[in-house]
Amino acid sequence: MVAAALSGPFRKPSILPGFGLTLGLTLAWLGTIVLIPLAALVLKSAGLGWEAFGTLVTDPRTISALKLSFGAALVAATINLVFGLLLAWVLVRYRFPGRRLIDAFIDLPFALPTAVAGIALTALYAPNGWIGQFLAPLGIKVAYTPLGVVVALVFVSLPFIVRTVEPVLAEIDREVEEAAASLGANRRQTVFGVVLPTLMPALLTGYALALARAVGEYGSVIFIAGNIPYVSEIAPLLIVIRLEEFNYAGATAVAAVMLAISFVMLLVINLIQAWSRRRFGDGR
Amino acid sequence: MAADVALSVPAAEEAPFGDVRSAARPAKPWRPPTDETPVVRRTLIGIALVFLGFVLFLPLVAVFVEALRGGVALYWAAITEPDALAAVQLTLLVAVIAVPVNLVFGVAAAWAIAKYEFRGKSLLTTLIDLPFSVSPVISGLVFVLLFGAQGFFGPWLQSTGVQIIFAVPGLVLATLFVTFPFVARELIPLMQEQGTGDEEAALSLGASGWQAFRLVTLPNVKWALLYGVLLCNARAMGEFGAVSVVSGHIRGLTNTMPLHVEILYNEYAFSAAFAVASLLALLSLVTLAAKSILEWRYAQDIAATRGRGH
Repeated sequence: MVAAALSGPFRKPSILPGFGLTLGLTLAWLGTIVLIPLAALVLKSAGLGWEAFGTLVTDPRTISALKLSFGAALVAATINLVFGLLLAWVLVRYRFPGRRLIDAFIDLPFALPTAVAGIALTALYAPNGWIGQFLAPLGIKVAYTPLGVVVALVFVSLPFIVRTVEPVLAEIDREVEEAAASLGANRRQTVFGVVLPTLMPALLTGYALALARAVGEYGSVIFIAGNIPYVSEIAPLLIVIRLEEFNYAGATAVAAVMLAISFVMLLVINLIQAWSRRRFGDGR
Repeated sequence: MAADVALSVPAAEEAPFGDVRSAARPAKPWRPPTDETPVVRRTLIGIALVFLGFVLFLPLVAVFVEALRGGVALYWAAITEPDALAAVQLTLLVAVIAVPVNLVFGVAAAWAIAKYEFRGKSLLTTLIDLPFSVSPVISGLVFVLLFGAQGFFGPWLQSTGVQIIFAVPGLVLATLFVTFPFVARELIPLMQEQGTGDEEAALSLGASGWQAFRLVTLPNVKWALLYGVLLCNARAMGEFGAVSVVSGHIRGLTNTMPLHVEILYNEYAFSAAFAVASLLALLSLVTLAAKSILEWRYAQDIAATRGRGH
C-alpha cells in the first residue's frame, strides 16, 4: 500500500518541487523508526505459533492483568467523560477569574512526566499520605489497590476529552439554542436534547483517545498500584516483568494482544470521525 | 466633585426616587434563555474547580512540598549528586538528538502531506499518529526484540561489538519512536489550511523551491513549528515507560532523569526522588507556560493570515 503511493500517477500534478524528496524521507523514516520495529513484534509473536501463543495469552496472570488494564481504563475514561464534559462546558461558556490559567493547566498531564505523576499521586493516596490518611479511617484504601490504578488513569487521560470537546463546543451556534428556547424547551431540555447530541462525535473521539492512552499507561500507575500479581498488576508491567525474566515469548504475547487492542481503538476513532463528518459536516 | 455632590445628597431625598425606580423595574434582571441560572453556573464552576484541585493541582503541589520536606540543603545535595547530574546530562543528550531529528522529519512529512494530493495520504497520516496509541512499554519492547541479545539483529550486533540495548543508542531510538508524531501533527492541519497559493506565487516570481520553503512556508508556520518542538521536547525529556525497557538502569550511564526518580523512590530515598522529580515538574510548568503564550500569539497569527485572504 505504501509502495503504491510512491508511483507517479497517483498524485495530482503540482508545480511545487520536493514531493519525491519529502515523501521519500517520510516513508524511509516512518519505516525505520515505527513500522519495522512494530513488524518485528508481529513477526516474533507469529513465530511463536498459535498453540504457544494461546497458552501464553490464556495464562491466568496475563488474563487478570489485561482485565485490570482494560477495566480500570474503562472506569477512568468514563469518569473523565463526565468531568471532561463539565470542564469543557465551564471553560468555554462561563467567564470567571483565572479561567485562562485553568485552561492552560488542563494540559498538565501531557507535560508532566508520568513517573513524576506516579510518585506524587502515591504521596497523596498512600495510607499515611495527604488524602489517604483521611480515607484510611473510613476503610477506603486507594494506593496499592485497583482503585489506585483508576486514580492514576483519571489523571493521565483527563485532557483528551476536554481538548476534543472544547473546540466543538466553542463553534456551536447559539442560535440553535435560542430556537429551542423560543419553541418552549426549558434549559435542561435544550442542553440534553440539542447541545449534547451535537457534541456526541467529539465526546466519543475523546473517550476513545482517553481509553487508548489509559490502557497502555505505565509510568504513573506502577508506583501507586502496588503491583500485586492477580490484584493490581497491569498488562504493561507484566510485559516488563516477563522481559526481566528473559521470557521474551511471554512479553511478546502480551504485547501483541495490547497492540491488537490499540489498532482496534485507532480504527474505532477513525470510524467515529468518518461518521461524524458524514453526519455533521466538517466536525473534528 | 460630582461624586462628592452625589454622596452629600441626604438619604431621605433619594429614597422616593429609588422606590419609584425599583417599582418600575421587573423583579428579576432579564436573563437570556440560553444561559443557566447563576446558582447552576456557580455550582458547575465549583464542581469543576474542586475536581481540578484534587486531580491536577494537589499532585503538582505534592511534588514540590515533598521535595523540600528535608530542607534546602538536602534538596541541593540530591540534585547535585553525581548520579543525578549524569542523569540530567543524559536526558539533555537524548533530547538534543531526538528533537532535531524528528523536527526535520516532521517538516518533511507535513510538506509531503499538506502540499500534494496523492492516494494513500490518509493511511500515511494514520501511520504517523500510530506511536500515540501504542503503549510506551511496547515502544521499548520492539527495540529489544530487534536489537537485544535474543533479537533479530542481536547476534550480528554482538559480532560487530555495537551495543544498542542497555546503552545510549537504545534510549535515543525509543525516544524517537514515542516523540515521532509531535511536530508533524502540529504542522499538517495548519499547512493544509494555508494551501499552496503562496508558494506557487513565489515560484512564479522566480524563487527556487528551497527559497519558497524558507522564505514563504516557514514564516507562515513558525509558531506551530515551535509549538510542536516544545511538546516533542517535553515528551522526550519526560518519557519513562519506553526508555525504562531499553535502559537496563545502569546508574550514571543509562539512567535518564525519570528513571533516576524511579530508582531513588524504590530505594526509599523519597526526598531525593521528589527533588529530582521537582526539576522535571518545573520543566513541565515552563513547557505549559511557553505553550500558552504561543497559543495566544499563534491564534492572533492565524487570524492575521486568514484576514489576508487564505
